Amino acid sequence: MRKIKDNGYQNMELLRFTTAGSVDDGKSTLIGRLLYDSKAIFQDQYESIKISSFNSGCDHVNLALLTDGLRAEREQGITIDVAYRYFATPKRKFIIADTPGHLQYTKNMVTGASTANLAVILVDSRKGVIEQTKRHIFIASLLGIPHLVICVNKMDLVDYSQSVFEKIKNDLKAFASKLDIQDIHFIPICALHGDNVVDKSKNMLWYKGSTLMYLLETIHIGSDLNMVDCRFPVQYVIRPQSEEYPDYRGYAGRIAGGVYKPGDEVMVLPSGFTTKIKAIEGPEGTIKEAFAPMSATIRLEDELDVCRGDMIVRENNVPEISQDFDVMICWMSNDKLEINGKYIIKHTTREAKCIVKNVLYKIDINTLHRIKNDKDVGINDIARISLRTTHPFFFDKYKLNRITGSVILIDEANNNTVGAGMII
Amino acid sequence: MQAYNLNHIRELESESIFVMREVAAQFERPVLLFSGGKDSIVMTHIALKSFSPARIPFPLLHIDTGHNFPETIKFRDSLIERINAQLIVGYVQESIDSGRAKEETGPNASRNVIQTVTLLDTIEKYGFDAAIGGGRRDEEKSRAKERVFSHRDFFGQWDPRNQRPELWNLYNGRKKDGEHFRVFPLSNWTEMDVWQYVLMENIEMPSLYFSHTRECVNRKGVLLAKSDYIELMEGEKWEEMRVRFRTIGDMSCTGATLSDAETVEEIILEVAAAINTERGSRADDKRSETSMEDRKKEGYF
Repeated sequence: MRKIKDNGYQNMELLRFTTAGSVDDGKSTLIGRLLYDSKAIFQDQYESIKISSFNSGCDHVNLALLTDGLRAEREQGITIDVAYRYFATPKRKFIIADTPGHLQYTKNMVTGASTANLAVILVDSRKGVIEQTKRHIFIASLLGIPHLVICVNKMDLVDYSQSVFEKIKNDLKAFASKLDIQDIHFIPICALHGDNVVDKSKNMLWYKGSTLMYLLETIHIGSDLNMVDCRFPVQYVIRPQSEEYPDYRGYAGRIAGGVYKPGDEVMVLPSGFTTKIKAIEGPEGTIKEAFAPMSATIRLEDELDVCRGDMIVRENNVPEISQDFDVMICWMSNDKLEINGKYIIKHTTREAKCIVKNVLYKIDINTLHRIKNDKDVGINDIARISLRTTHPFFFDKYKLNRITGSVILIDEANNNTVGAGMII
Repeated sequence: MQAYNLNHIRELESESIFVMREVAAQFERPVLLFSGGKDSIVMTHIALKSFSPARIPFPLLHIDTGHNFPETIKFRDSLIERINAQLIVGYVQESIDSGRAKEETGPNASRNVIQTVTLLDTIEKYGFDAAIGGGRRDEEKSRAKERVFSHRDFFGQWDPRNQRPELWNLYNGRKKDGEHFRVFPLSNWTEMDVWQYVLMENIEMPSLYFSHTRECVNRKGVLLAKSDYIELMEGEKWEEMRVRFRTIGDMSCTGATLSDAETVEEIILEVAAAINTERGSRADDKRSETSMEDRKKEGYF
């Protein structure tokens, strides 16, 4: 037991990150490098992709084959969907949401980014800052990813030039200052040879910063969640109605923000009734406090009528309550968004219908300009829209809380998820 | 300010509990697919926690190929009794007897593929609208793109090219009559996470996972245990070895690994040092490069 603890396998943090890059920026090579150097690629996997690479006429081991597992992807040599990869070092466990660089990149990157703490964005040193890089940074900022790491790749092809790196860095810093980005890092790398990925580069002694792996392992993510505003969307009501627990009534859910303790005065929305927390049970039994992102069961002092979709909050810190709000929507369906169209809307554990009242503007994701007269929102478009829901929603701005600030729209006719929205 | 941190296992646990409760809330008739392997045991453990102190609000379903390790059935029955859950068993033999499924023949014959027939028939018979499975994305490449809430059409089929986008923790379980969902609460767990959790929670596991002496045959690098379902081919012989199983499926296609790991701690150290994936010992995955995807499209687990 002690041995395992010393190896650091027990108490690690989880870091979820997403990767974005244009075609041929070396994203697969970089991921392969991270997985390979952290020994997350197994011998049988490596042998299997080695054979596949050879069969498809490749002269090197194509690490993209590790994630391109679907038959169609292998046949066409393309990546068609977000793939999830896992690796761990003694310090942290990592989940990578690897998003394809070309096909439907907006839809896929938004999906991958929605759960990420960090985004790794690749830039080809030879090409410098291109439109696609700006799009990636814009989407990362739109999705509220707290940390951004720009990897300037293929430094070997520009003679490891410091001035090339500095120019890209300055250009992107200027661009990023227009966006809402809290934390941005720049690393010159060569993924193919491993420079500054896991080990410090001997070719770029002018670079004094950390390697990508060191940054991933040490970047502070403890304060990424909102621990101030208490938000507990009720997900499920537990009522055993058994001999042993005849009157037990527990409100189960995952804490979306803040810290809850027994004895806390709380308010239940939408009823507005106030009461106190009697007890909290977490996965490990009765607990003294519960905080985001824990799943917990809250019991209240008074018998109130509380059901799925309600929210338990603090009386002096309530979310916004309204049937009307604006969202930035990323459209994900081949059927265009319909003004005055009705959709199903999901928000926390609440589901209702909504009507799209208006498209306020579309965003040109290359220039970031707002296009006011274009109301034609199709797949991969991003637009600000006004919604009205059938019931009041309890929400926060997405900037303040990514869980209570996000919605999805569903097409009533075919049940497909057609839009991802961030409440403004 | 005090630091509030969950370690990675507890975060994964909370995420899985959230998914379990979401299933109970969004579906009319869910069912938990129980194979007797470590992932389904961990899943059952998490289901218990998700609804405690109430019972698990849905039954467990075991698709019995008739080719199980005897230890699996014994373990299953004692677990079901202990947790007071409802167990439904679908028998592949019945599908064969009724002519719904055709048994493979030959030395590598396995009931792995045809159990899909029994699974889909059982889902239809009971009208289950969500089947919770223990699949993990790190297991196999076609699983890497599987959703947590994965839609199945009227024929139980999976369309990997047209999956619904899945964002934040907003799971879309809406469907039409006759369609169902497969839900994977352990999507983000790795083999290592599962064993660490087993250690942390002191979860009882079948003896097959721990090192023991057993007669096996080495068939193209896969160590198959001696049973009525394996016929020796020319030049093969039974040999006694110290083995354990990293995954448990049918006796006809689950390979053992040479191991001296007798405790969960030793297994964790072994997994940390492993150079092959756990499914590297599964003969059913080795039939072709996309054999898992092909089976999954048809409605496999």
